[in-house]
Amino acid sequence: MKIAVVQFPGSNCDQDCLRALLGVGPIRAEYLWHKETSVSSFDAVVLPGGFSYGDYLRCGAIARFSPIMKAIVAAAADGMPVIGICNGFQILCEAGLLPGALIRNQCLHFICQPVWLRTEATDTPFTTKLDKNRLLRMPVAHGEGSYFADSQTLDALESQNRVVFRYTNASGETTPESNPNGSLAHIAGICNEKRNVLGMMPHPDRAWDRRLGSEDGKLLFESLVANLELAAVR
Amino acid sequence: MATAITAAIVRNHGLTEEEYERIKSALNRAPNLTELGVFSAMWSEHCSYKNTRLELKKFPTTGPKVLVKAGEENAGVIDIGDGWAVAFKMESHNHPSAIEPFQGAATGVGGIIRDIFTMGARPVLMLDSLRFGPIHGHSLQARNNRRLFAGVVAGIAHYGNCIGIPTLGGEVYFDESYEGNPLVNVFCLGVLRHSEIVRGAAKGVGNPVFYVGSETGRDGLAGAAFASRDLTEESKQDRPAVQVGDPFKGKLLLEACLELLASGSVAGIQDMGAAGLTCSTCETASRGGTGVQIDIALVPQREQGMTPYEILLSESQERMLIIVHRGQEEKVRRIFEKWDLPYAHIGEVTDDGMMRVLNAGSVEVEIPAHILANDAPVYVREAAAPQAATRVTIEEIPRSDSHRSLIRLLAEPTIASKNWVFRQYDHTVRAGTIVPPGSDAGVFYVREADKILAVTSDCNGLYCKLDPREGARIAVAEAARNLVCSGAAPLAVTDNLNFGNPYRPETFWQLREAVEGLAEACRRFSTPVTGGNVSLYNQNPTGAVDPTPTVGMVGVIANEDRITQQYFRNEGDIIFLLGPIGDEIGATHYLKVVHGRKEGLPPRLNFELELRIQETLSSLIQHGFVQSAHDCSEGGFGVALAECCISGEIKRGASVHIGNATDRMDLLLFNETQSRAIISVSPENTDAVEKHCAAGDTPLTRLGVVGGTGLVVTNGQETLTWEIAELYKTWYCSVEDIMSTR
Amino acid sequence: MKVSVIVMPKQSVLDPQGVAVRNALKDVGLQSVENVRVGKLLELEFAAPLDKQRLDEICRELLSNPVIEDYTIQYPSAPKT
Repeated sequence: MKIAVVQFPGSNCDQDCLRALLGVGPIRAEYLWHKETSVSSFDAVVLPGGFSYGDYLRCGAIARFSPIMKAIVAAAADGMPVIGICNGFQILCEAGLLPGALIRNQCLHFICQPVWLRTEATDTPFTTKLDKNRLLRMPVAHGEGSYFADSQTLDALESQNRVVFRYTNASGETTPESNPNGSLAHIAGICNEKRNVLGMMPHPDRAWDRRLGSEDGKLLFESLVANLELAAVR
Repeated sequence: MATAITAAIVRNHGLTEEEYERIKSALNRAPNLTELGVFSAMWSEHCSYKNTRLELKKFPTTGPKVLVKAGEENAGVIDIGDGWAVAFKMESHNHPSAIEPFQGAATGVGGIIRDIFTMGARPVLMLDSLRFGPIHGHSLQARNNRRLFAGVVAGIAHYGNCIGIPTLGGEVYFDESYEGNPLVNVFCLGVLRHSEIVRGAAKGVGNPVFYVGSETGRDGLAGAAFASRDLTEESKQDRPAVQVGDPFKGKLLLEACLELLASGSVAGIQDMGAAGLTCSTCETASRGGTGVQIDIALVPQREQGMTPYEILLSESQERMLIIVHRGQEEKVRRIFEKWDLPYAHIGEVTDDGMMRVLNAGSVEVEIPAHILANDAPVYVREAAAPQAATRVTIEEIPRSDSHRSLIRLLAEPTIASKNWVFRQYDHTVRAGTIVPPGSDAGVFYVREADKILAVTSDCNGLYCKLDPREGARIAVAEAARNLVCSGAAPLAVTDNLNFGNPYRPETFWQLREAVEGLAEACRRFSTPVTGGNVSLYNQNPTGAVDPTPTVGMVGVIANEDRITQQYFRNEGDIIFLLGPIGDEIGATHYLKVVHGRKEGLPPRLNFELELRIQETLSSLIQHGFVQSAHDCSEGGFGVALAECCISGEIKRGASVHIGNATDRMDLLLFNETQSRAIISVSPENTDAVEKHCAAGDTPLTRLGVVGGTGLVVTNGQETLTWEIAELYKTWYCSVEDIMSTR
Repeated sequence: MKVSVIVMPKQSVLDPQGVAVRNALKDVGLQSVENVRVGKLLELEFAAPLDKQRLDEICRELLSNPVIEDYTIQYPSAPKT
């Protein structure tokens, strides 16, 4: 079982993601350079945060044309678990693996602060260890994290239970104040129809060690590893 | 076609007649125009420190943990144990930020980051120390200061966030003296193994010299010379002298260089900062005791028709000079093509000690490298003390409404929460931030080394204006105190001296006083200076900036369980004041903000007492007796106590009794006597704390208890009560509210 | 061949930058400003002519994000005969 952490030029959370994965236990996780063309030796893919291609043109707009993305799109269609965090989420949307887009924060500033997330969907490979409505604490750090999709897409996401995480306050309620970027429907993370691709703006890769103030993010990585182990056994 | 060098041309290059004569005798001939440009850059104040070199020799730079000393390389390196070390430095980018705040600050960040990875260290954290004119109100100046403040913060955020290095803290000060001439001091720290330390020396005759990074354009031409002249209305026309940074390229360059260094193929490496290709060429040659010959026709260029002069002096960003072990050139090609970065083999290391620049084969520049890098003239400037500040005593100050005064001080942008600033900085990237910005010191876990670092930056410009020597001593003492409050042991210092025109005797006196105060304090605290930066000519048409010797200090926290933060943690904890109650009101923020008086003798620092307080606090923390610790600084005890109540995630009230019934409330609350910290202790540990302090003869006063929804302070006669919610809102929202002023 | 592509946020998408610019215009005295939208102008120079279909493709796939943006291609005016 091996997990890939893709490196694009300008990714800067690749090391954080790798360490978060290795922090789960004795698993194999490796960097995968964006110029590679195959993910066949891997069982899951992480698209880390950062500023791939400097966020030039649009966040993730250029990274989605990286050679490795063709292979990732194909593997995702085959059911491989793929998680995109922050810039990774932006790349997944640009690549069409997830619907909608991430636009400039409503306040027009980059914002780095801890947020509360409410778990809405527990049946993705990344959330099986979470209970529904479980609150998670982790940081956001982005300038373009406001989720936008047309009303048709939003309806589909809600009716198919594909909103995975929502921004809330410490009591689990969605309020304007606890939405850091103006995301529609307070959406912090979503999955595709097949439920194997997850995109989220907050950083579980910065909330997996009690030194960092929260270990909630670890649950997502533990879920992934547990599900991969199960799949390997079958 | 050779241009004749006239006296006017020499002057325009910022060189004096004497310096020109010196150049001629060093070369045994007249220089050509390109060579004159090279000298003007290398012998500028910014590059050569010609007016301050003698003073800087006064800093203590050695110590058992110093691996690379100040002045040897681009940054100093300090041992942190187990074969690991940290490279760190602070630098300024004041003048470019005055003209174009966003790019000025961004390129400042880019530059300091390169200085760190050029040592072989991976940069892991940053701090910034910023100063602007006042931002309240609707005047033209206030609007301009808001614009500069917003631009600088956005620029730092832009570069730091993109390149993925967290900003862990710093300071922001506002004062009229910084009007039009903001101070932007940026600090960066990187981590490396002892075995990974790289030098910027051109070693190995015959080794190839490579240029790597962005293509060269006309950015910042003569930028070094530019920073050595006073800012005037005319200099706004020098807009092209401000460089544009590309943090994406910076990130690629960082990764490519670290990868190249790990491959073992590098003999020497230096970043191209001030005076670009010129500086990196002659400095590496000089350090290596060798020569370097390059052909600028081989330099990757992004503009058409650049002259040798322009190529040599360009300050295009994100470029490095690398000396590669002969035979290992293939590694450079492989790595730089992987990262899609321009690179070129532009020359060789020679054995003749010359900086020789060819242009497609014909010699353009031929100067002994050491003359450029080391033999700039050294000047002794005249120093003349102004009238000394006189002591101000409380009796001269009219009684004010202390209740309102505390609120006013908490709302004062220099003191108020800076969350508006650090929310824009990614302070969680690299998953190591244990204590984020907002506390006395930033605390970071270096995972690869399993070490915990604490960092802080301090300088009270008000103290330094009124008594530069004492102000500088206090800057060091306060930095050490902040680190000790976080549970750390201070290790070493980097300094960024920001002063006015050194040709004005009063200004030079301020610089000398500050250097001597800083040097003395660094010796007393055993924190050697590992390097730093001097920025002069910080002066606008109406006057000089307050002398501002910014101190950046690094410490190590040995015990993870003893990391201490500044806010009260538990209802019922007992509050103590470690140190004297204090009575010095001169040069306080209370005097400045509430009474409009920027005067008085700053508080006196008693080294012996300060060291004793710090040692005791450190010991109490290591014993596990301390729940929270926060030192008293701007705004005195009152502000510090309020911060203990409101700066944590859960706000808590407190009830304290301080001083005597006959003491004035405002004196008790707002005096800024040094060597004081507010600590909170669990009830079961109070006996032990009191015994410990008595044994060490350390002043300790039991003040009260944590709890309630209000802050209640009494001196036995007068009692003041503030609502915690109101204090929090004032302190938290002040800067944001001002910045939303339309 | 020179071509300009203008990329604008879709009408249905909130444009906070446009709002900020509108407020700033009001602050400098232009009370009559009603709406501002902020977009991008890309100037492209090709060594050889590109057919419109391919250009549209590039605009849809790379230069704009059809979920949130509309694009307009502007050709330089034809030379007078």
